[in-house]
Amino acid sequence: MSTTLPPFEEIVTAHGPTVLRVCRAVLGPMDADDAWSETFLAALRAYPTLRPGSNVKAWLVTIAHRKAIDQTRARARHPLAIDPLPERPAPNEQDRWDGDLCAAVQALPFKQRVAVAYHYVAGMPYADVAALIGGSQDAARRAAADGIATLRKTYGEGVPR
Amino acid sequence: MMTTYEPREPERSDLFVTLPAIEQETMRRLHDRLVHEAQTAGLLDVAYRTIDSPVGPLLLAATAKGLVRVAYACEDHEKVLERLARELSPRILHAPVRLDAAAKEVDEYFAGRRQRFDLPVDWSLARGFRRLVLTRLRAIGYGQTASYAAIAVAAGSPKAVRAVGTACATNPIPVVVPCHRVVRSDGSIGQYVGGVETKKTLLALEGAAKLTV
Repeated sequence: MSTTLPPFEEIVTAHGPTVLRVCRAVLGPMDADDAWSETFLAALRAYPTLRPGSNVKAWLVTIAHRKAIDQTRARARHPLAIDPLPERPAPNEQDRWDGDLCAAVQALPFKQRVAVAYHYVAGMPYADVAALIGGSQDAARRAAADGIATLRKTYGEGVPR
Repeated sequence: MMTTYEPREPERSDLFVTLPAIEQETMRRLHDRLVHEAQTAGLLDVAYRTIDSPVGPLLLAATAKGLVRVAYACEDHEKVLERLARELSPRILHAPVRLDAAAKEVDEYFAGRRQRFDLPVDWSLARGFRRLVLTRLRAIGYGQTASYAAIAVAAGSPKAVRAVGTACATNPIPVVVPCHRVVRSDGSIGQYVGGVETKKTLLALEGAAKLTV
């Protein structure tokens, strides 16, 4: 196990894409960039105090989770303050597919959405997911399974297998 | 018989296994934004970039105070960054823009268009006598050389010839702090942090440039 922290750049390279996917799954593509930026800036701030050898991905997802809760609460307080969709260049096939799956995940209840995101997108074991979102390991497992079951109905077709 | 609802529970959902990779362009944009926000918040302790040069790729690293490290490829850039994380701060990001001025001066030097560097330097990685020696090296002009013994005298410790050699060998800012201009008293070239061939190249560059400038 390493006794010193690697340069933060390595953390961004290794985990940046996964954290962005988690943010997209939990908050949708519109808010994901902001959540990613806030997560990594907060992580950079706290980084020197991180214990070397820690599970960095779980640490980052924990920070992202707090940002997601903040944003979700802010949305609840200002339900009408929804930004209009900006003009976007026509997405390529992959982007659209990613976006559609994002939209389907977005339609899930919050608990199912985060359970799916943290277990299936971030690859965290249910014990860690439960520690993060509260409740038992079984409850986390159930929430993720229910979410996946719904996704199979709402998004099942057209998914490359 | 009662049927119970058993949700399917694959360990890896095939919904996500083929999720396309995040576009490189997106990661680049987010990385740029992180660098910008980190700098604004005073959290970018060490910025770095690599540049190409006639003596191979060079790593340049800077703190808020100035250029803190120049490293040759033979020093292993990855290891150099790990050491910077340990000795200065792990808040290190690849931030080429922060090193534009340094890169420009080094480029000009290798093109024979610059004889002295005007960059602010951060001496954090050199302490005590080693730092004293390195600060003396800037007095050796472009295209000139001095012996280890002469530098020992200039640093006020005529007997510390070997220590001068060590200071040069561990110079954290080679090229910019010209330890390549320090040679042996008998005129032979001596050792160099970037290898003897690199030292020869730099001295030849300065000699050749002196003729043409």
